[in-house]
Amino acid sequence: MSDLHSLSLHQASSLLAGRQCSSEELVQALLKRIAAVDASVQAYVSLDAESALAQAREADRRRASGGSVDPLLGLPIAVKDVLNVDGQPCTCASRILEGYISPYDATCVARLRSRGAILLGRVNMDEFAMGSSTENSAFKVTRNPWKLDHVPGGSSGGSAAAVAADEALAALGTDTGGSIRQPAAFCGCVGLKPTYGRISRYGLTAFASSLDQVGPLTKTVQDASLLLRAMSGHDPMDSSSVDVPVPDYSLALRPDLKGMKLGLPKEYFVEGMDPQVESAVRAAVEQCRALGAEIVEVSLPHTRYAIAAYYVIATAEASANLARFDGVRYGKRVEGEDPIDMYGKTRAAGFGREVKRRIILGTYVLSSGYYDAYYLRAQKVRTLIRNDFLKAFETCDALLTPVAPTAAYRIGEKKDDPLQMYLGDIFTVTANLAGICGLSAPCGFTGGGLPIGLQILGPGFKEENILRVGHAYEQATEWRLKKPELKG
Amino acid sequence: MSATYAQSTDKIDVRYVAHLARLNLTEEEVVLFQSQLDQILAHVKELTALDVEGVEPTAHAWPVQNVFRADEPRACVDREKVLKNAPLERNGQFVVPKIIE
Repeated sequence: MSDLHSLSLHQASSLLAGRQCSSEELVQALLKRIAAVDASVQAYVSLDAESALAQAREADRRRASGGSVDPLLGLPIAVKDVLNVDGQPCTCASRILEGYISPYDATCVARLRSRGAILLGRVNMDEFAMGSSTENSAFKVTRNPWKLDHVPGGSSGGSAAAVAADEALAALGTDTGGSIRQPAAFCGCVGLKPTYGRISRYGLTAFASSLDQVGPLTKTVQDASLLLRAMSGHDPMDSSSVDVPVPDYSLALRPDLKGMKLGLPKEYFVEGMDPQVESAVRAAVEQCRALGAEIVEVSLPHTRYAIAAYYVIATAEASANLARFDGVRYGKRVEGEDPIDMYGKTRAAGFGREVKRRIILGTYVLSSGYYDAYYLRAQKVRTLIRNDFLKAFETCDALLTPVAPTAAYRIGEKKDDPLQMYLGDIFTVTANLAGICGLSAPCGFTGGGLPIGLQILGPGFKEENILRVGHAYEQATEWRLKKPELKG
Repeated sequence: MSATYAQSTDKIDVRYVAHLARLNLTEEEVVLFQSQLDQILAHVKELTALDVEGVEPTAHAWPVQNVFRADEPRACVDREKVLKNAPLERNGQFVVPKIIE
C-alpha cells in the first residue's frame, strides 16, 4: 500500500470500506508524500498533521463500531486558506491576517467534518483570492507540479497543485472569476464551480459577494459530484444560499451523452488563443459527439465586454468587503496617532500590491461622479451577459469551451502586467457574472507537457448536466491516468 | 492599447482615492498604480461602446428576496475565541486609539 496518496476519493473510500487500509494509514501516506514533495511544490500554507491523525483514528473507531458508514468517512481533504477551519489559522495568504485563528468552521467545512472527512491542512492562494497565478500570496510561490518553473494558476493554485501532486485526495477552492476552473486546468485536475447560491459561503472570507462560490478540486468528476452533494444546500447562516433540493449527482453519471445537446459558443474560439489549446478542446468536442451528443454552434455576443464588467464589479465589491481589515478587531495592527492614521498604516503594511490595486480601482468606480459611468453600467452589461447564457440554454444542455486561452505560463511572466493577467480570465469570468455552474476537466497536454482544460458550462442548478458530460468524457479518455513526475 | 489609452480623458487620482480607501501608499506605489490603473481603465472604457438604455442592472445572478427567520435567541460565536484575535484587548473589549480629545 505504498501508493495510498495517489488514490481518488472513491478509490480510497472503497479500500477503507473493504478494510484494505485504515484512515490513519491514508493520512500517514499523505503526510509522507507532503514531506517528500511539498518542498518543491509549495502547496501547503499550514498543515494539521497531529489533528489529522487524531481525526483519522476517530474515523477508524467509528468504522470499527459498525453501522452505516458515510462514503466520506476517513477521507483527508485540503482546504483553501480562505475558508475558516475552527481553531486553525486562516490567513487568506495575507500578512494582514497573520496569526489569526478561526473561531468557527465555515459551513462547507462543517458539513464535510460532520460526514467524517478529515481536514488535513490549508493550501496556498493569491492574497484574498485576487489573482490568476498564486504569485500574489504573501507567503510563498506555489509551483505547477508538471513544470516547477510554471505557475499552478490561481487563485486556488495551492488546491490544484496539492491534488495534482497527490498531496491531497481532494481540496476545496473558491471561484470568483475562474479561481477553481483555471488552476484545475493548469494542473490537470477536475475543478467545479457550482451555481451561485448552491453552497453556503458562511465562513468564507468574502472577496466579491455577488460572484464568490465554494467548490471542489478533485482527481475525477465522480469525486467532484460526491463533494458537491455533501456541501450543497440551504444554510440559514448565508441568506444568499438558495433553497433548491440537492439531487444525488452520482445518478447523472453515465458512460454516454446520448440525447444531450451541447453548444459551442463561437466567441470562445478566438484569435490569440494558443493553437494547442484550441485543437485539444476541439478534439474533446469531437469525442463528446462520438459519445452521442449533438453539437450546435451558439453565440454569446457580449463576451468581449465580460472582463471589463467583471473587473469593475469584482473590485467594487472587494473594496467594500476588505474595509473590515482595519486593525481594530483582528489581524495585524500598526499603531497610529488616531484611528484614521492606524487604518491607513495597518492596511499599507498588511495588504500586497494586487489587493491594494483592486481596492483603489473598486473605490474609484464606486466614488461620486463615477458610479453611474462604471459600476451601474457594468451591472447592466452583466444583465446582457446573463441573458446571452439564458438564451443559449434554451436550446443547449451545456456549453463546451476552453478554460483559458493558454496553458500555464512561467512564474514571473505576467506578474508585473495586471491587465494581461486579467485578460487571461476571459473564458471563466462569464459564468460568475451569469451565476451559472462550470466544470473544468483535463483534455490533453501541450507539446511541452503542460495540461489543458475543457470547460463545461451548465444552466443554474443543473450541475448534473455538466457532471454528466465531464464524467462521460473523462471515462472515454485517459488523461487522468497521467501523473506529473515529482521526486519523492 | 495605445490608441484607446489616448482617448481616456479623466484620469484616476490615485493618491486621493487611496485616501478614501484608508490606504497609505508609498511614492513608488503611487507612480506604479497610476500607470497600471490608467491602462486598466482604458480597457474598462470599452463598456461605453454598448447601448445599455433600458437594461436593468443585475446585482445578484439569482435574486433572493426577503429572507426572514424566526427572531429567536440562539448561541453565537464564543466571545473569548473572538477576543483572542484582537490586536489589543482589555476587560473583554477591543482597545483602539483615542477618538475624542
